[in-house]
Amino acid sequence: MSVTGAPQKLYAAREPVFPKRVSGRFRNLKWLILFVTLGIYYVTPWIRWDRGPELPDQAVLLDLAHRRFFFFWIEIWPHEFYFVAGLLIMAGLGLFLFTSALGRVWCGYSCPQTVWTDLFFTVERWIEGDRNARLRLWNAKWDVHKWRLRLTKWLVWLLIAMATGGAWVFYFADAPTLFVDLFTGQAAMVAYVTVAILTATTFVFGGFMREQVCIYMCPWPRIQAAMMDEHSITVAYRDWRGEPRGRGKEREGMGDCIDCNACVTVCPVGIDIRDGQQLECITCALCIDACDDIMAKVGKPRGLIDYMALTDEAHERAGKPKVSVWAHIFRLRTMIYTALWAGIGVGLTVLLFIRSDIDMTVAPVRNPQFVVLSDGSIRNTYDVRIRNMSHADSRYTISLGSDQPFEVMLEGQPGASVTVPLNSTLLQRVYLVAPAGSPAAGRERTDVRLWIEDEAGTGRAHRDTTFFGRPTP
Amino acid sequence: MSDHKTPHPEEQRLLAGDPETTGHSWDGIKEFNNPLPRWWLWTFYATIVWGIAYTVMYPAWPLINGATPGILGFSTRANVAADIERFDAMNADIRTRLTEVELAAITLDAHPDLYNYAIQGGAAVFATWCSQCHGAGAAGVQAAGYPNLLDDDWLWGGTVDEIHFTISHGIRNADDPDARYSEMPAFGDLLGDADIAAVVQYLRNVSGQAADVTLAAAGEAVYLENCAACHLDDGAGDRFLGAPNLTDAIWLYGGSEAAIEHSVRFARFGVMPPWSAQASSAGRLSEDQLRAVSIYVHSLGGGE
Repeated sequence: MSVTGAPQKLYAAREPVFPKRVSGRFRNLKWLILFVTLGIYYVTPWIRWDRGPELPDQAVLLDLAHRRFFFFWIEIWPHEFYFVAGLLIMAGLGLFLFTSALGRVWCGYSCPQTVWTDLFFTVERWIEGDRNARLRLWNAKWDVHKWRLRLTKWLVWLLIAMATGGAWVFYFADAPTLFVDLFTGQAAMVAYVTVAILTATTFVFGGFMREQVCIYMCPWPRIQAAMMDEHSITVAYRDWRGEPRGRGKEREGMGDCIDCNACVTVCPVGIDIRDGQQLECITCALCIDACDDIMAKVGKPRGLIDYMALTDEAHERAGKPKVSVWAHIFRLRTMIYTALWAGIGVGLTVLLFIRSDIDMTVAPVRNPQFVVLSDGSIRNTYDVRIRNMSHADSRYTISLGSDQPFEVMLEGQPGASVTVPLNSTLLQRVYLVAPAGSPAAGRERTDVRLWIEDEAGTGRAHRDTTFFGRPTP
Repeated sequence: MSDHKTPHPEEQRLLAGDPETTGHSWDGIKEFNNPLPRWWLWTFYATIVWGIAYTVMYPAWPLINGATPGILGFSTRANVAADIERFDAMNADIRTRLTEVELAAITLDAHPDLYNYAIQGGAAVFATWCSQCHGAGAAGVQAAGYPNLLDDDWLWGGTVDEIHFTISHGIRNADDPDARYSEMPAFGDLLGDADIAAVVQYLRNVSGQAADVTLAAAGEAVYLENCAACHLDDGAGDRFLGAPNLTDAIWLYGGSEAAIEHSVRFARFGVMPPWSAQASSAGRLSEDQLRAVSIYVHSLGGGE
């Protein structure tokens, strides 16, 4: 082992990135997605939805205290958590689908880190100017002018960050009430802590960490890179067309690239796309817009930098006709992902429509298994939980789906019926008594089916359980 | 991509024989210089500062007797004590009302808040003080004569007031003058073996079990002469004396010939301590706890 040269730094400072303003089709698409996603985020908690007097009227509400998820006409109870699991599986398959078809399209357009960083860049340009002005300001001394611009920028960032953190908590409580409570100091401590944490992370991640979050902190880029293949569409440079690059008017023997660095100056992660695929690239496509603009000015066709598959480079270099982007997108792998994704989606939708307003769980009390009553009859006890998921108080009758002479009794209730208030769960002790000498009383186990039916006759549910008897020795 | 004309800068430097390496070389293998971000280093320092601050603020460094207490005075034990105090304060009102309302009137329909509190609180009292003998499921232990509290047979009465009295004063104890009391003689000293065998068959017969009918007929006379004073002529027992019903399907100590013969010959003397702190110096439960556990036991399926 030999050591040569001067000792190097083990830790590198972040290279500041000053992306230039750009316009074009992908920039417009990014603006559209930014407005739509931020709009959904800020507006959703304020949409009202009438569910009757006893239930919250917020269209989308994650009520953690009462363990309910309200989504417009859908209400999810804790025992229906499989819907959430199903949605998460769909999100996973959706990621497979989009990554195999379009590479890191999530990173480039809809990741909150990208959207908020984009918003912060916009504020930065608005206050401090475009790339060159920002570069000058970066190198300038900390005088009054620089302080004024920096403090203004940070203040606006902070306001956006607070609005971001503030909007999040509205999903977990009644938004208008919480809005007033937040400003009058009456909201719960957890609300303030959540707002503070999200304000801090938005401010730091969007304003200062930026591409460092994607490069060093986020696991998605590594996972997505592993899921891409050579047919996945990604942002790439047409090397065969651009090289050898060079400036100047004399283009004999030169490629289309005039080495103007427009693609480098607009890049929000500070890379040169002409160097090939890089782990820093979030495929935001702004370099495509920048290059298309230049190509139009020099009278060359657009697409020197373009959405293309990695196989296209060799293919086009060999002089073969261009492969359509759609041919790369519609292939067996993406079809299978689409089919799986859609299959789960259809399954969940069907489940959503066939579920009943009544649900019941039966937990047999097994300590003891049975009780002998004074007349010799055998009694089993069951803890029955009845969930009334309808929007009205309902009375339910419990019965037994059996022709055997069991007697059904409810603790604390004169008959076999019990009232459950709307949107709540009731724990009811249910007794089944098998008369002395009946088959069930003398057998070790008898399978029984408990039925529950609301008195309006609109719904019923059942659960199978076991009755334990005392076998005659 | 091998077909790229311009490789990645790193690759270019490598091909040019001038890669940016750390200068380390092992058998010709060089190490690329890929430095960590500096903010990562600062984050690492921040965690060290945090760690030191944490051990100053919170209990941390182990000493011989315990640990450094931390300047914030944080203690999970104190937190639990504060929680208990908070819940006691929250329940103070309902516990007072539990002792003021007439016991038999506390039902789910009339006083749902009191009733639900009593069921939950009573279950906790039962698990702490009663389950040792009566079992966690309140099914009792027949071999030891600890009664099953789930069935519809009661030695001293199954109304919530009778249950409350039994729990408050106990059974056959010397600590409380109001304890339920009765004592069955050991008939082994008073009756001959033949009479005992006959009365055992008589009891098997009246409780609907297989019996020697001839002996049972002879046993009836023995029963009426010796047992009926307490257990009554028809064998239905007398709750005033705690004399069990001998005709039903439930046997406190077991209904086999051997168990019945043992009961007749040697008698039984089941005891229960008094639980009311007001009624007896040996008692441990406050009035609201007594009422809660009475309502709980009454709700287990056998309450009258």
